[in-house]
Amino acid sequence: MDPKSFQLFPEQASTIAGHVDALYAFLVLVSAFFSLLIAFLVVWFAVKYRQKGNEGPPVHDPHSEHGAAGMILEIVWTVIPLGLSMIMFAWGVSIYFTESRPPADSMEIYVTGKQWMWKIQHMEGAREINELHIPINRDIKLTMTSEDVIHDFYVPDFRTKSDVLPGKYTTEWFKPTKVGAYHIFCAEYCGTKHSGMIGTVYVMTQTDYDEWLAHGSGEGSMAEQGQALFNQLGCGNCHPSVINNQNGRCPNLVGLFGTRVELKDGTNVRADESYIRESVLYPESKIVAGYDNIMPTFKGLISEDGMLKLVEYIKSLGKQAGTTNTSVPLPVQTSATPLTPSNSKTGAMKTAPRPAAMPAAPAPPQGNR
Amino acid sequence: MITATYPEKEKKNYLNNEHGLMSWLLTKDHKRIAILYLYAVTFFFIIGGLFAVLIRLELATPAGDLLDSNTYNKVFTMHGVIMIFFFLIPSIPAILGNFLIPLMIGAKDLAFPRINLISWYIYMVGGVLGTIVVCTGGVDTGWTFYTPFSSSYSNGYVVMTAMAAFINGFSSILTGLNFIVTVHRMRAPGLTWFRLPLFVWAHYATSAVMILGTPVIAVTLFLLMLERGLHIGFFDPAYGGDPVLFQHLFWFYSHPAVYIMILPSMGVISEVISTFTWKKPFGYTFIAFSSVAIAVFGFLVWGHHLFVSSQSAYAGMVFSVLSYIVAIPSAVKIFNWLATMYKGTIRLETPMLYAIGFMGLFTVGGLTGLFLSAMGLDVHLTDTYFVVAHFHYVMVGGAIMGYLAGLHFWWPKITGRMYPQGWSKVSAILIFVGFNLTFFPQFLLGYMGMPRRYHVYPPEFQVFNVLSSAGASILGLGYVIPGIYFIWSLKYGAIAGANPWGASGLEWQTSSPPPTENFAITPVVTTEVYDYSTLTKETVHVGS
Repeated sequence: MDPKSFQLFPEQASTIAGHVDALYAFLVLVSAFFSLLIAFLVVWFAVKYRQKGNEGPPVHDPHSEHGAAGMILEIVWTVIPLGLSMIMFAWGVSIYFTESRPPADSMEIYVTGKQWMWKIQHMEGAREINELHIPINRDIKLTMTSEDVIHDFYVPDFRTKSDVLPGKYTTEWFKPTKVGAYHIFCAEYCGTKHSGMIGTVYVMTQTDYDEWLAHGSGEGSMAEQGQALFNQLGCGNCHPSVINNQNGRCPNLVGLFGTRVELKDGTNVRADESYIRESVLYPESKIVAGYDNIMPTFKGLISEDGMLKLVEYIKSLGKQAGTTNTSVPLPVQTSATPLTPSNSKTGAMKTAPRPAAMPAAPAPPQGNR
Repeated sequence: MITATYPEKEKKNYLNNEHGLMSWLLTKDHKRIAILYLYAVTFFFIIGGLFAVLIRLELATPAGDLLDSNTYNKVFTMHGVIMIFFFLIPSIPAILGNFLIPLMIGAKDLAFPRINLISWYIYMVGGVLGTIVVCTGGVDTGWTFYTPFSSSYSNGYVVMTAMAAFINGFSSILTGLNFIVTVHRMRAPGLTWFRLPLFVWAHYATSAVMILGTPVIAVTLFLLMLERGLHIGFFDPAYGGDPVLFQHLFWFYSHPAVYIMILPSMGVISEVISTFTWKKPFGYTFIAFSSVAIAVFGFLVWGHHLFVSSQSAYAGMVFSVLSYIVAIPSAVKIFNWLATMYKGTIRLETPMLYAIGFMGLFTVGGLTGLFLSAMGLDVHLTDTYFVVAHFHYVMVGGAIMGYLAGLHFWWPKITGRMYPQGWSKVSAILIFVGFNLTFFPQFLLGYMGMPRRYHVYPPEFQVFNVLSSAGASILGLGYVIPGIYFIWSLKYGAIAGANPWGASGLEWQTSSPPPTENFAITPVVTTEVYDYSTLTKETVHVGS
């Protein structure tokens, strides 16, 4: 028999796995203690106080009045479980906050779920189905959406999952710590072939990953593909996509991503992935202050995969001029993290739009560690 | 209908005072309506159980070799829909609650006998619709009906199934209403609130949940039907809806519904433990108010089903802490039952064996709920077999053990007959062992990461699945045996006296089976609840 065929724990293949297992172990200990205590007492009482012979009911039940002693017992067995459960609560919350907040400089990968497959796009342009290749010891952030029903991207060996919703972006992150192949399961029931909506995460050394990436799609980076889509849909006819082109009819997209946008109704909103998606598909729902509701909807004209490319392109146009940025085609390099593209391979640097107002000179493409 | 034969000279009781089919179908007697429910609920339990057999057979091997994926999905959906809406929710309240609440409070009937009969007919209309769905091709949404799969993508009979559950809900609402009014208005003279049996307290709390929660699921299912039938957008983003809204609305009812299923069971256990230890339950008022606390806090925890559904982390924290708080009253009940056993006069008759089994299984079910309330751990465990194991420990290990404890406890009262003690003890033990073998391995499967609702699974999960299927065959046998001896007892069982267990409640002071009017003269209550001191040795039938 395969040694893997009998095991109690999945592999600990991410940084969070050990934390989750520790909380699980604590809960198993507490549960085992109380289960065994209760089982022991039930059996002990059942034997010790079992009716003797034809013993009848007590003439007067001496224990019907419990008084102060009874009250103390009630308080004890209310307060002790309450205290223990508050420890579990706090511990669970602290892990959840780590699990749900991707580190700022995570490597970004995009996931689209559909009945019944996972479509994955790397920023550098590589695309895969039901497989996810990632480098070891890197924070990986997945931005996910669904083309149809709710799915859920679950990697048990990383101890994390997140629902993948239609009409919305959700994120999930992990930092793999072991080279290997791990299950991807769809964990939210999604129809006939739900149990076939599975795949494999391949965690590779950085060198292997770079080599794998080099055999990419040849279609250019996601941002480049997004730019092509941007031009094809005619977005640039209204939206100035380089600074100083003061067209005036539509908001400037350069430096937009990550900023707070003032809206016509006086509120403001953070320009994140979901905002961009909503503005393309439902342009009337949030009107930027100083502009009119003149944009037509692009609903039905862009696939979810295409939408992600468009988002990636707009991200690549950078945040406000002067702030640092680590998105694909932008030249400002804040560090040598391999996250910034080693894009001599995919050619992103050649064609990436270079905002005129960006002050810093492009750094040479960084090599990988 | 029940065809027990009684000596001619025996006085008339609710079973033999009228004859013929119409005397049953048009009855307004709460006891006869309880029997009508018993037949219908047992029918649905058998159907739901057969679906469970198919699930466990299919999962014995990793490949999908018995059923195709579509059929498998329909099978687990119908198992869930039938067991929850047509078995667990009505089981104890509609059968035992209906039969016993008027007897326990010294009343002639429920407050609204006609409404009681109507609620049975409403249940049957829902049940017939559900059966039509089963026979004509089924539905594959899972019992949770998550959108937009259910509203826009499923090929099954979603609208008809939702309609069945929708109609069935009105039966719950009317039953709850009837119980609340009855408990308020029809108690015998001297029967104060704190002289009420804990079974009545539990049903009172349950009724409140039924009345307040069920309309929400009715509205939710109605919106689902509108979206599926008329494409009015509530939940599907393609029509401008929000799929997570459905989950909030669904669980706003369906989490409290868990307490509709378990609270009556806890009421049964309180009665059984008190009787078979001959002691007033330790902490009577704490047990009574813990039922009320569960009913109240049960409404505030629905978001713990949505920790990975893009719900705000801060909202999640509130739901997490409230989920821990709702666990406390359940723990209080367990400890009070234990303290009741301490220095009791313990008689290990069949109902007591089921009650002890309940304490063990419900403890495990409750404790594993703490795992799922811990947000960081729930991210790994939700939608895996850990959740499946957890809610089966609560629903089968808790609710069904309580139902069987109650059925064995009050069977002599309902039918006037005893069942064979040896067989019934054997089946209680078989059910306990079979249950653990079926569902404990599923906790381990879940932690290893096996997702629920998987038709085909990776081979490393097979060992535990085989154990689980083996356990299910023992569990199934354990359920068949009582079916046989209960029927046998109707004709051949020893005649039960009015109070075969030496119990204290008012229901044991009238004859078995009770007369149609329950009590020859309205009882006047002068003693405290669970007072065993007036029992004489002769009134107590000890085993057989």
